[in-house]
Amino acid sequence: MADILVVGEILEGDLRKNTLSAVRFAADAAGATGGAFDIIVVGDGADAAADTAAKYGARKVLKAQVDGGYVAENLAATIAKAAQDGGYKIVTATAGTTGKDLMPRVAAKLEAGVASDIASFEANGDELVYRRAMYAGNVFGFATVHTDVEVVTVRQTEFEAAEEAGSASPVEDAEVVADPAAERVEFVSLEMQKSERPDLTEADIVVSGGRALKSAENFDNVLVPLVDALGAAMGASRAACDAGYVPNDLQVGQTGKVVAPKLYIAVGISGAIQHLAGMKGSKTIVAINKDKEAPIAQVADYFLVADLFDAVPALTEEIKKLA
Amino acid sequence: MKILVPVKRVADPDNANKMKVSDDGTAVTSEGLEWKINPFDEYAVEAALRLNENGASGDSLGETTVVSLGTSDVVTTLRQPLAMGADRGVLIEAEDAQLDSALVAKALAKLVEKESPDLVLMGKQAVDGDSNTAGQMLAEYLGWPMATFAMSIAVDDDGKALVVGREVDTGVLTLKVTLPAVVTVDLRIVTPTAVQNGVTPADHGYNEGARYASLKGIMKAKKKPIDQLSLGDLGVEGSPSVTYSKFELPPARSGSVAYVEDVAELVQKLQTDAKVL
Repeated sequence: MADILVVGEILEGDLRKNTLSAVRFAADAAGATGGAFDIIVVGDGADAAADTAAKYGARKVLKAQVDGGYVAENLAATIAKAAQDGGYKIVTATAGTTGKDLMPRVAAKLEAGVASDIASFEANGDELVYRRAMYAGNVFGFATVHTDVEVVTVRQTEFEAAEEAGSASPVEDAEVVADPAAERVEFVSLEMQKSERPDLTEADIVVSGGRALKSAENFDNVLVPLVDALGAAMGASRAACDAGYVPNDLQVGQTGKVVAPKLYIAVGISGAIQHLAGMKGSKTIVAINKDKEAPIAQVADYFLVADLFDAVPALTEEIKKLA
Repeated sequence: MKILVPVKRVADPDNANKMKVSDDGTAVTSEGLEWKINPFDEYAVEAALRLNENGASGDSLGETTVVSLGTSDVVTTLRQPLAMGADRGVLIEAEDAQLDSALVAKALAKLVEKESPDLVLMGKQAVDGDSNTAGQMLAEYLGWPMATFAMSIAVDDDGKALVVGREVDTGVLTLKVTLPAVVTVDLRIVTPTAVQNGVTPADHGYNEGARYASLKGIMKAKKKPIDQLSLGDLGVEGSPSVTYSKFELPPARSGSVAYVEDVAELVQKLQTDAKVL
């Protein structure tokens, strides 16, 4: 029987939606082992985040308000104490940048091994085996964690967001524990890219642009109309981000965002291994590229060999006609 | 400042799609692939060199030590950062099978206690395991502050602190960490002005990316010292807490690519066949 603690992420004063993938994993794993799952939220806005977290069927929700911007050292000790007090077997979070930053610190405090960015798991009684991507998604490894407590981060695109349970979990306070390391970190700022478009990791359709777009203006004038006609999220290759055509948080790839939408349209993207790692789980992949032999053809379902500056506006017009 | 840069050798990342799994599924093989320094660790070496030099005059401002864990083969991997300009190397002898991220972090923590660097600068993840955990665990074992996924570093407070811009899901999160600290780096730490040490002129035009080793650098590297230690010397024991029972290749995407004639055919296929529009 494995009890599981989900570490929720707080963003802009409420529970970040990506937490619900970790909740899905926790509910599935608890079910498979005959255990229960709780959710803990620690940070600025813990009260509101706890109220949201309480909707998802947890046995209970723990909360601790910690003022100020995100600093892992301010949160890890509190989470580790709650994990120890509750005797949890597994402590989990979604593998966004917060989860990846914070959870290994929590793990080190708990002398727990870490299975990062898992795609799925199997339960053999109490023991879980985690399947995770390695070598830029070119190999999947089956990992076992041998410590008493296991820390697991989950790939958002592999665990569908948990649904509301229809009842409210009880909420209680968690004890805040200070960590001397926190005295040597100061939160300075968070510059967020605001967008009206869907989140890259949540959208049904993603349209990504590569270096072939040649400028930020072209992203705006050529790609954005297609993105918006489809109601899609916009992504980009590393090359396009490095060239400054778009902000870095649009990067799709091995070390950027991993996405798996119903439809992924790669415009002017050659398909480097590192890019493929971030999108080859998409259901349908379309490539628009002048080069018929571009490596993206290895994963594309449909390939339009064309100059993107002709093809994309034409495609945008056809899409608009469908609406 | 005294900077320690852990580096890992990995099978050629640009050919990661040629990795194979043994017939019985228990091992991954990279036969025929060249060993290369993990790209993110290479960026960490470059960032360390930029912090520790006046980029305009070439004067050295501190010592950069590179460390790697592995068999004696890894000495070759260490020669590259030494050729780029690092001052000395350390090899911690270990077999891959003895290690996981936690043990790597524990070994590095013990080395830090011996070496007393001001900063540990390392890649955010190794592109073979893709775990992204060792740096964070190291910071915790040391009780040090950390800044992960760094895209910019500026020295502050007279060299006592670093202001680090971190690439996060939603944008850029900036932290100020008081040294000693652990910083893990992301791709953009090697853009031309990402590293500011307060000595090199702020607009000094570094090239994009890690520097190439010059022939002179390669010759000098042969004479630079590489200390060798064992895990036992560092008092690190225990077996890995994370092990892999099997490996498999990802499921192949069904079908092969269908080239379409024009936009009209693409739209029709997406509607009728793929049913995504």
